[in-house]
Amino acid sequence: MAQEALAVKTEELTRVFRLRKREAREGRREILALDRVNLEVPRGELFGLLGPNGAGKTTLIKILATLLAPTSGRAFVAGVDVVANPAEVRRHINMVCGGETSGYGLLTVEENLWMFAQFYGIPSREARRRIRELLSLVGLADRAKTKVYHLSSGMRQKMNIVRGFLTDPEILFLDEPTLGLDVQTARTIREFVRNWLREHPDRTILLTTHYMHEADELCDRVAIIDRGRILACAAPSELKHMLQREAVFRLYVEGVADARAALDGMPGVRALAQEAEDGRLRLDLILAEEGVLVSVLSRLQEAGAKLAELRKEEPTLEDVFLALVGRRLTEGTP
Amino acid sequence: MSWRTFWRTVVGRAYPRFIGVWREKSWVVFDVFFPLLQVSAYVYIYRAIGAPPEFAGFAVLGGAMIAYWMNVLWSMASQLYWEKESGNLQLYLIAPTSRMAILLGMAVGGLTATTVRAAGVILVGALLFRIPLQVSHGALFFGVFLLTLVALYGLGMLLSSVFLLWGREAWHLSNLFMEPVYLFSGFYFPVRALGFWVALAASVIPITLGLDALRQLLYPRLMEQFRFLPVETELGILAGLAVLFIFLAHRGLRFFEDLARREGRLTLRGQ
Repeated sequence: MAQEALAVKTEELTRVFRLRKREAREGRREILALDRVNLEVPRGELFGLLGPNGAGKTTLIKILATLLAPTSGRAFVAGVDVVANPAEVRRHINMVCGGETSGYGLLTVEENLWMFAQFYGIPSREARRRIRELLSLVGLADRAKTKVYHLSSGMRQKMNIVRGFLTDPEILFLDEPTLGLDVQTARTIREFVRNWLREHPDRTILLTTHYMHEADELCDRVAIIDRGRILACAAPSELKHMLQREAVFRLYVEGVADARAALDGMPGVRALAQEAEDGRLRLDLILAEEGVLVSVLSRLQEAGAKLAELRKEEPTLEDVFLALVGRRLTEGTP
Repeated sequence: MSWRTFWRTVVGRAYPRFIGVWREKSWVVFDVFFPLLQVSAYVYIYRAIGAPPEFAGFAVLGGAMIAYWMNVLWSMASQLYWEKESGNLQLYLIAPTSRMAILLGMAVGGLTATTVRAAGVILVGALLFRIPLQVSHGALFFGVFLLTLVALYGLGMLLSSVFLLWGREAWHLSNLFMEPVYLFSGFYFPVRALGFWVALAASVIPITLGLDALRQLLYPRLMEQFRFLPVETELGILAGLAVLFIFLAHRGLRFFEDLARREGRLTLRGQ
């Protein structure tokens, strides 16, 4: 694809963090946060980076937002090299992070937003107009005159979201924007993002999340990232389609605390995740075909497990992740 | 980046500091009452030994200037560290504006807010201890005061850029700089008492020369025997320091920002 048509492009992008002596983990003095990442995000797309904590999502966003230099490789935002010309990149971007505590507590919501608008050279009258409009869209208009230290974390995040959109960026980085928020606030933010993109089809959003339903619901395309590597990149439906020939089952068994020993390496078992739940063991299985289930059940029975519940599931992005990585998204990066 | 954006950034970043004067009234206690306690100690020592009343004026003026030094250390030099902790720094850095404008906004806002505090110290101190305040050359006095602040906040901007690279170390360094400067800059006594070479070395902190010059203009007759350097010389050095510090701050900011970007120190890890 031509460079002008791309909002983001990376070529073999790599970032290694060198640890100080006291930070060294298991004798390792380096962490490979990004490993030769190649990405192309066309303009107008809502692109998701889905991966567990520590997968490299935030590192990638930081490089694209000119906050971190890559160790090797190249990255372009709006066609501009982030290392060679960071000042030019900044004219095209903005960023919002989850759990952000930016701004000043003694300023009101409106004053904080006005302050950030000044850094983008937006005239005060225009800034105030946009602030009023956006606050009302996220349902925070009645808090415009409230001091920030009186806001709940959900309200604060709505304010942060408004800050990100206030400058009308060509490319917006949303790094875990709904992290730790209640269901209603997260829904409001997702709706706002979706509507904004509908009204501004030429804008691009790069969203990182470890909530698979968020990626599924919002994103045009999703890249699954783990240990700094992109494992798959496609539309959510296409990713799930990868598992269409396979069979996804959820089993609840009693009488065993660990089923891995019984099922690991068994022919036809593509991936397995297990978790204790309400005194039972929940098993998420991806099988090469439905017929393998009979052997699985008999192997479990031999191991002393008693089947309590069995469900065939429609593949989700979580299952795609499990199939690709071999563990659940919520388990983090070891 | 246009000049309009530059000035909007300055005003935007200065705003929280302007507004803080009215919204956080605790400064009356911490920045006026507490410094006056220390000033009082010196005033009573001077009175006890029968020193001329102008000596009490030395202490009050020094007490007022301490407010600026504290502001430079804690709200300029260490500020980018706090901003990093709160998540503001990354938002400043991704904005398409000048970092110098952000530092200048911090300085202008801090300087204005601190002037209210310093004026409070001088006003209450002068009334409380009946200190004679007669400025002989008003314009020159104001010029020296302004130049001292420009040089001082220039130093603050320079320290701020250096501290950009450090985390908690910045906090420790600010602590380290605080008390010794009270002594070596002669906040409560004419700096010449420390000897020429110590006073000269302490002159790298602009308040040292600024205070000496202001005292000379406030109490010309008495300061004839206590002055460190002639006012004109001190004015020249202050102007040189102002230019040097602002230039170094500009260069340092770019250098340390690039270094911090390479080392991954501009944001908190995992954030």
